[in-house]
Amino acid sequence: MTSSPAPVLEPAETVSDLSDRRGHSPANRLQHLLHRRPALSPLFVLIIAVVIFSLVNARFYSAVNLSLVAQQTAVIGALAVGQTLIILTAGIDLSVGAIMVLASFIAANLIYTDNTSVPVALLVAVLVSVVAQAINGLLVTRIKLPPFIVTLGTFNAFTAITLIYAKGQTITLNPGSGLLWTGESFLIGNFRVTYGVVLMAVLYLVVAYALRCTAWGRHLYATGDDAEAARLAGINTKRVLLSAYLVAGLAIAVSAWILAGRVDGADPNSGLNANLESITAVVIGGTSLFGGRGSLIGSLLGALIVQVFDNGLALAGVDANYQVLAVGILVIAAVSVDQWIRKVKA
Amino acid sequence: MSGTMTPVLQAKGLVKTYGRVVGLSGVDLELYPGEVLAVIGDNGAGKSTLMACLSGAQIPDAGTIQVDGQPVRLRSTADARRVGIETVYQNLAVAPALDIASNMFLARERRRKGPLGSVLRMLDTKAMKQEAAAELANLGISTLQDVDQAVETLSGGQRQAVAVARAAAFGSKVLILDEPTAALGVRESGQVLKLIRELREKGLGIILVSHNMPHVFEIADRIHIQRLGGRAGVITPSEYSMNDAVAIMTGARRLDEPSGTRSQPTGAS
Repeated sequence: MTSSPAPVLEPAETVSDLSDRRGHSPANRLQHLLHRRPALSPLFVLIIAVVIFSLVNARFYSAVNLSLVAQQTAVIGALAVGQTLIILTAGIDLSVGAIMVLASFIAANLIYTDNTSVPVALLVAVLVSVVAQAINGLLVTRIKLPPFIVTLGTFNAFTAITLIYAKGQTITLNPGSGLLWTGESFLIGNFRVTYGVVLMAVLYLVVAYALRCTAWGRHLYATGDDAEAARLAGINTKRVLLSAYLVAGLAIAVSAWILAGRVDGADPNSGLNANLESITAVVIGGTSLFGGRGSLIGSLLGALIVQVFDNGLALAGVDANYQVLAVGILVIAAVSVDQWIRKVKA
Repeated sequence: MSGTMTPVLQAKGLVKTYGRVVGLSGVDLELYPGEVLAVIGDNGAGKSTLMACLSGAQIPDAGTIQVDGQPVRLRSTADARRVGIETVYQNLAVAPALDIASNMFLARERRRKGPLGSVLRMLDTKAMKQEAAAELANLGISTLQDVDQAVETLSGGQRQAVAVARAAAFGSKVLILDEPTAALGVRESGQVLKLIRELREKGLGIILVSHNMPHVFEIADRIHIQRLGGRAGVITPSEYSMNDAVAIMTGARRLDEPSGTRSQPTGAS
C-alpha cells in the first residue's frame, strides 16, 4: 500500500455532519433529547399535572396533601424499582405484588403469633422475596420460559399461598412495632415524611447507582437491549438475568416493609392491583417494554404521576372512574412516545 | 510470507463432528502477523465451524491450535480473547442503545482506583471514554469522534467500525472478521476495507471470511479455500483468478492441476 498524499475523499460521514443533520426540525431535536434522557417526558407530564391540579384546587399543593401523595406513592414506588429491573431485561413481572403481600403477611404473622423479633421477621421477608424471585429467574433462564407466562403462573401461586396461609384473616400489629416503623413520620417544615418514603428514596438511590455507575448496570442494559449481542461480547447473560430477578426480590422485600407500615400489619387483599400498578409506573416513566432502555428515576416519576392524578382528580371533584381512564390514556401515550423515540436515526 | 516466520495463529488437524455429520475433517490453517488471510468456501464447507473453533465458540474434537508458537486450549470465547484472538461477528455483537465507549469496553469495563472501585465497584467512565477515543484515533477511525454517541444512531459502516475497533483495540493479535461487508453499501464497504488494511499495517493477523470475491481478491494476501470440511488449498490473488478460486471451491478443479490442462468434466455445465 503506497499511501497517496491526500486521499481525503471520505464524503459526509463524520459525526459533526450527523449533528448538523440532527438539528433539522424541532421534532427531530426533541426525539434525540428524549432518546438520551427518557425520564424527561414523565417529568414534563408531572410538572404540568401538578400546576393544573394546583390551579383547580388550592388544597392540592398544601403540605398536608403533598405529604399524603408521597406516602401513597411509597409502596408502588418501591415495587417499581424491582419491576424496572425486570423490564430493562426485556421481561415483565406480574408477580411482584403477590410476592410483596406474601412476604409482608409472613413477617407480620411471625411477630403477631410467635413473638418473633422484628429483625428476624424482616430477614424472613427478605428470604421469602428473594427465593420467590429466584424461582421466577431460574424458570426464565434455565427452562427458558417466557417471563410473562412464568410470572403469570407464580402470581397465581403466590396469591393462593398467601390466602391459604392467612385463612381470611388480616393482622393488626400494636402501634410501636418495628414492622410499622415505615408508617411513622417526622416533620420537615410542614411536610410530614414517613420513614417508608425515606426508605423508598434510599432504595432508588442505591439501585440507580448500581445501574448507572457499575459494570452490572451496563451489562443489564446490554442484555436487555440485545441478549445475543451481549453474550457474544463476553457477558454472562444468564447470570445477569438471574441477578436482575434477585435484586428485584430485595426491592420487593423493602416494599413489603413499607406496605406493613401503610396497613398497620398485613392484609392478604391489600396489594391486589400492585402488580399492574408497578408496571404502569415503569411504563409511564419511559422505560421501554422491549428492554435495554429507560431510567430508574422515570419509574419514580411514573408512580408519582399516577398518585398525583388520583389525588388531583379527586380534589377536583371528578368521578373516580375518570381517574382510571386518565391513567389508561397515559399508559398508551407513554408507549407511543417510546415507539417514536426508538425510531431515532441520525 | 516467508516460511521461517512463526505464524501468529496456527491450527493443525482440526476435526469437528456433529453426530455423523463431519464439520471439519482435519483442517490446517496458518496465519502470519501483518497479513490478511481470506477464508472462502461454499455453504457447508466448514468455514463457520473452523471460525467457531478458532474463536473458542466450539471445541474441536481433535487437533491443536498454537498462538505465537505456543499451544493453547480454547474452551470459550473468553479463553480466545485472553490469548489475543478477537472475533467480529456478522451480527456485530454491539449493544445499540449504549454509547460507543461503553460498547468498546463492554464486558471489560475499568473500575475506579481505590475504595470507590473496589468496594463500591464504580466504573471509571472518564478513563474509558478517553481510552476509547485514543484507540479510535490510533486505529485511524476518524469518522467516530463523539464516543458518547449511541451506536444505534450510527450508519452501518460506522457500527462495523465500532465492532472492528473494539476487537482490534486492547492489544489483540488475531482478528477474525465474519462477513464484515455483507450488509454494507459500496462506500461503507470501502471504508471497512480501508480499516482492515490499516490494521494489517499495524501487524495484526486478520482472517476474513467472505462470500464477496471482489473484496477477497482486493484485500487478501492469501486465500484459504475450504471444501467439504477440508482445506482444498491456499492460493494467492496474484497467481490465481477469481474463476480459479471458484472452481477450486466448487470442486470443478483441483489445486494441483494447472488451469490450462484441465480436462472438461463430462456432463458439467
